[in-house]
Amino acid sequence: MSTVTTIALEHRSPLRTLGWAGPALVILLALPWVTEPYQTILLAYGLVMGIAALGFNLLLGYTGLLSFGHSAYFGVGAYSVAFMVKYLGVTSMELFLAGSVVACMIVTAVFGFACVRYTRIFFGILTMALSQVLWSLAFKFFWVTGGTDGLRVPTPTLLGFITGKGDKIAFLATAYYYYVLGVFVLCVAVMWVIVNSPFGRALQAIRDNEVRAEFVGIQIRQYRWVAFLVSGVFTGLAGALWVPLNGLTTPDIMHWTFSGEIVFMTVLGGFRSFTGPIVGAIVFNYLKTYAIGYTVYWQGLLGLVLVILVLSLPTGIVGMVERLWARWRAK
Amino acid sequence: MDTLVIHVLNSLLYASVLFLIAGGLSLIYGVMRIVNLAHGNLYAFGAYVSAWVIGTQVARLQAGGREPSIPLLLVLLPAGALAAAAVGALLEPTLLRPFYKRAEEYQLLVTFGLLMILDDVIRFLWGPYPLSASVLFENFGSVTIGESIYPTYNFLVIAVGGLAAAFLWAFIYKTRFGVVLRATSQDMRMSSALGVNVNRVYVQAFTLGCLMAGLGGAIIVPSQSAVLGMGVDALILSFIVVVVGGLGSLEGALLGALIVGFVREAGIRYFPEIELAVLYLIAAVVLLIRPAGLFGRA
Repeated sequence: MSTVTTIALEHRSPLRTLGWAGPALVILLALPWVTEPYQTILLAYGLVMGIAALGFNLLLGYTGLLSFGHSAYFGVGAYSVAFMVKYLGVTSMELFLAGSVVACMIVTAVFGFACVRYTRIFFGILTMALSQVLWSLAFKFFWVTGGTDGLRVPTPTLLGFITGKGDKIAFLATAYYYYVLGVFVLCVAVMWVIVNSPFGRALQAIRDNEVRAEFVGIQIRQYRWVAFLVSGVFTGLAGALWVPLNGLTTPDIMHWTFSGEIVFMTVLGGFRSFTGPIVGAIVFNYLKTYAIGYTVYWQGLLGLVLVILVLSLPTGIVGMVERLWARWRAK
Repeated sequence: MDTLVIHVLNSLLYASVLFLIAGGLSLIYGVMRIVNLAHGNLYAFGAYVSAWVIGTQVARLQAGGREPSIPLLLVLLPAGALAAAAVGALLEPTLLRPFYKRAEEYQLLVTFGLLMILDDVIRFLWGPYPLSASVLFENFGSVTIGESIYPTYNFLVIAVGGLAAAFLWAFIYKTRFGVVLRATSQDMRMSSALGVNVNRVYVQAFTLGCLMAGLGGAIIVPSQSAVLGMGVDALILSFIVVVVGGLGSLEGALLGALIVGFVREAGIRYFPEIELAVLYLIAAVVLLIRPAGLFGRA
């Protein structure tokens, strides 16, 4: 640990945060009235991925652990919803969320226990290997998981009375969008509290200097384990929200290349800031959607964006905007 | 009895190709401390180039009404390895060199970006359809083992894998270049202070690693066609190999390739549903018990 990066995460007062969070929320609330359903659904995907990236960044940005296996927890969330539909006949969205959180807690508790013994590259490879175990199970046990065909999930019942009977697009673009937005705001608030709590500060201390943190009396492995758990559950929750939107869950979302996408969006937004992963996820979602529509070589295009990004903008979109803002204010 | 022999031969076949890919990955990590996520794509690139060179040559000869000669095709086969090496020699100084002084996360990300790009470069150059060079495979015919038939070409693959391992061992432990390579791997600053041109060693090591991956692709392509996605699959398998054997250790890559080869062959025969899961679990268990792998240095 000779070169410790000491770029502190932006420390803002809650009041100043409300200054930009308020208008952003108003725009998000008004959107279904001003845009087409397609745009709203697209944004719903972005918000869902935002929750996943937010959870992921608790490990990368705040604890300093790069996981290449977060697709597993996203997949556990998605598949637990699909299983509840297939085997238990559940249709309530609240039960879906509760069930996927419980399933994710169990899986991340076990995986996390194994993974947090390592850091750096070994942590990355171990998380990747474990996620691939789940992927291969989802892939091969087709009589349970549907194999590559996946499992279909019908539109759920929201809050016990809102159903998607009839126009599915309208349901997804209004009721479900607001539902996702509600969960999203809740997740952001909870994550904000977590990273600004003594626990969150301890994680940042571990990230910046493991040895010192241990001397201060922080039990590193336990803290990392809890961070892993929280991170996985957030990503799993995103998976559960994603399934009704997509209508189908396939093993692709468990594959490690999807983990790579989660890393990509987090770095795109900037993993050194709280809002970075959210911005990155939403931007990435648009980028990917339009790249797919624009060329069959969308993957290469995204790869090029990633390489250029890492070469020239290591602090991501949010980092760049903050720097420009600071320069503009200094004038 | 002869089915057992065939299973052993198949395992060795897997192990040979896996050793070539994973050995390159491990060599690159050992010297440069970079996990190259695009390594599998270089293997795929080698396979495509060899299949393309052989395919065009065969088509040209047949258009002239002649049968392709096998020795000529065998000489052309390593073209994929050379092409992969050339790509490696180009990539290291341009894309990877700026990242040695930065955090590991960025190195992983840039190679992940490279993976996405190379995947599509292959799709762009050769289209979405499989490319095969089965002429070579068919021309070698087959031998009978007991009551079973086994393709002769596979013996060539096993031999190349074994030879590559022996050659690499001699190269790294018996030559001057090997000494420099090992010194750089152990302590980059110290060897630099002693006058080693570290940049050059890095280019050479990366090129050698890519050459091995490309060779793996080149020798397997006559028996299996080159298809999109073969790179990512191979990368994951070679990750298991290097994790089991120890990142950065060539002996480990050899042992890991043999273990994965035999487990896969047994898996396909006895537990096909959980064959992949068992492999990943072996990797996870080895990481838990010996994080540095069976042959790794902590």
